[in-house]
Amino acid sequence: MAATLQSPGSVAQRLGRTFNRLFTGRSAVIGMPYAWLLLFFLLPFLILVKISVSEMETVRFKDLISLKDGLLLVQLKLSNYVFITEDALYYKTYFASVRYAAATTVLCLAIGYPFAYFMARAKASVQPVLLLLVMLPFWTSFLLRVYAWKGLLSEHGWVADAIIGLRLDQVLLAMGAISAPGQLMHTPFSLVLGMTYTYLPFMILPLFGNLAKMDLRLLEAAADLGATPWTAFWKITVPLSKAGIVAGSMLVFIPCVGEFVIPELLGGPETLMIGHVLWDEFFSNNDWPMASSVAVVMILLIIVPLALFNKYQAEAQEAGR
Amino acid sequence: MKTARFNPWFAKAWLGLGFAFLYLPIVALVIFSFNDSTLPNVWRGFTLKWYAALPDDHEMLGGLWLSLRIAFFTACGSVVLGTMAAFALVKYKRFTGRTLFSGMVNAPLVMPEVVVGLSLLLMLVSVQRAIGFPERGWMTIWMGHLLLGLAYATVVVQARLLDLNPQLEEAAMDLGARPWQVFRLITLPMITQSLASAWLLTFTISLDDVVLSAFLSGPGSTTMPLVIFSRARLGLNPSVNAVATLIVAAVSVGVVAASYWIARAERRRSQELAAAGHA
Repeated sequence: MAATLQSPGSVAQRLGRTFNRLFTGRSAVIGMPYAWLLLFFLLPFLILVKISVSEMETVRFKDLISLKDGLLLVQLKLSNYVFITEDALYYKTYFASVRYAAATTVLCLAIGYPFAYFMARAKASVQPVLLLLVMLPFWTSFLLRVYAWKGLLSEHGWVADAIIGLRLDQVLLAMGAISAPGQLMHTPFSLVLGMTYTYLPFMILPLFGNLAKMDLRLLEAAADLGATPWTAFWKITVPLSKAGIVAGSMLVFIPCVGEFVIPELLGGPETLMIGHVLWDEFFSNNDWPMASSVAVVMILLIIVPLALFNKYQAEAQEAGR
Repeated sequence: MKTARFNPWFAKAWLGLGFAFLYLPIVALVIFSFNDSTLPNVWRGFTLKWYAALPDDHEMLGGLWLSLRIAFFTACGSVVLGTMAAFALVKYKRFTGRTLFSGMVNAPLVMPEVVVGLSLLLMLVSVQRAIGFPERGWMTIWMGHLLLGLAYATVVVQARLLDLNPQLEEAAMDLGARPWQVFRLITLPMITQSLASAWLLTFTISLDDVVLSAFLSGPGSTTMPLVIFSRARLGLNPSVNAVATLIVAAVSVGVVAASYWIARAERRRSQELAAAGHA
């Protein structure tokens, strides 16, 4: 990087500099976080995959590969995976998790896109304040904010009273989001509301970052060429904010699929999600291979969104945000 | 000049309702912490008894102390490792396994915590069986939180590094500064604010984490979120409201003070840069 600007130094000097960069700074700077991630992210994940195909023995897991009579023996126990595809509990729960996560993503986008858009078009002087106001709840404990919804949606809670007073519970009932009028807690409604609430800032922030950087002259050009504001919005603003939409949606969808705390506090027996199943397999049934299999299938479900997210994240980083 | 504009009242109403949605639960949480009733969502009158009961709540206080310690070390570790990772990604465009590296940095941001927690625990158990170390306790929770914190800290610091003018560093290098000197004298002062916000962010993330802590904690290492979670799971609990109010107050004061400080430092720095440009 400096090479283009610096005056041509002696070869020895340049070599020394390269050496310096290579062996003091560079390898340590890359190596330390890299080693940490390999050790605490990749390796555990490989172990997880291994255990998901292992036989549970009393204390330890049977080795996958063993030498017996001079033959290399590979034993993979795939029964867990077969079980997941056969038992209704598992595949229905996976399906439900994806559905709730998708509903949450759509709601976050519907609320968050206009929100981020209006924020990005607000006066430049108020934008930092608005941004701080979006971030502030995000800093205060997420667990406590989810707990607060429990109070708001329970019987005689403020929001529950408002919804019932406006007869909106009939609408929710007709949509199938609740199963009895006036009963808002422990329903798909309370679950999706809680997840939308929690993940809304994750949708707003990347969208705002994207929309605030947009070149407004494009909209002026569109207006000069006779486009109505609405046409310009759909033909210019929305396509240009695609990266923000994808990043925001993935930031909401992926963690929602595996969400555990929110369904525990706001969901109920009819809103079983896969995070809970994994938790139960591990903590209640002590079936570690089964819990690992559930986790591996969960990863498979989100691998496409995950790859999409990484691609856009990397692109955004290369482009200097 | 006519650009696409929507009705400003509609915009204001949308923003207002959005903020009401974001803040309503926090307001309710605070109000009902002063409620003189065991049912903390029906107002019965003002009391401070839930606060008065807190000093005797040894489970909660023990959890708080443990959580604060873990959060402190998580934040420090995350900022150091995260700065390194951000540097690696911004400054070195080519090294072996860069794609894997950036993938691993970003993945914990979105990876379901149950999966991260389970895989970390399975590894720790395997290691423990092999060499008898580490016992599950605050160290193992810290390791998990550091993984999460590293990802967040990297994103924050990286954003700042990308905004920096590379010519300043290049000028220092041309004047003969060694890489470490360039970092300490030029880069570090310019990214201090982002390091501070990364520190605060990872501190609060650690202070708030339930799932990783549940997987990685051992007997006797129950963090505050685990205490709160187990109480909240059973139903509404006024002691949780009181703790929540104290946390919300502390965090709000901290974040507002920090962002004020960051904004001031930022302004001063840009003034200095402008002055330097004129000289």
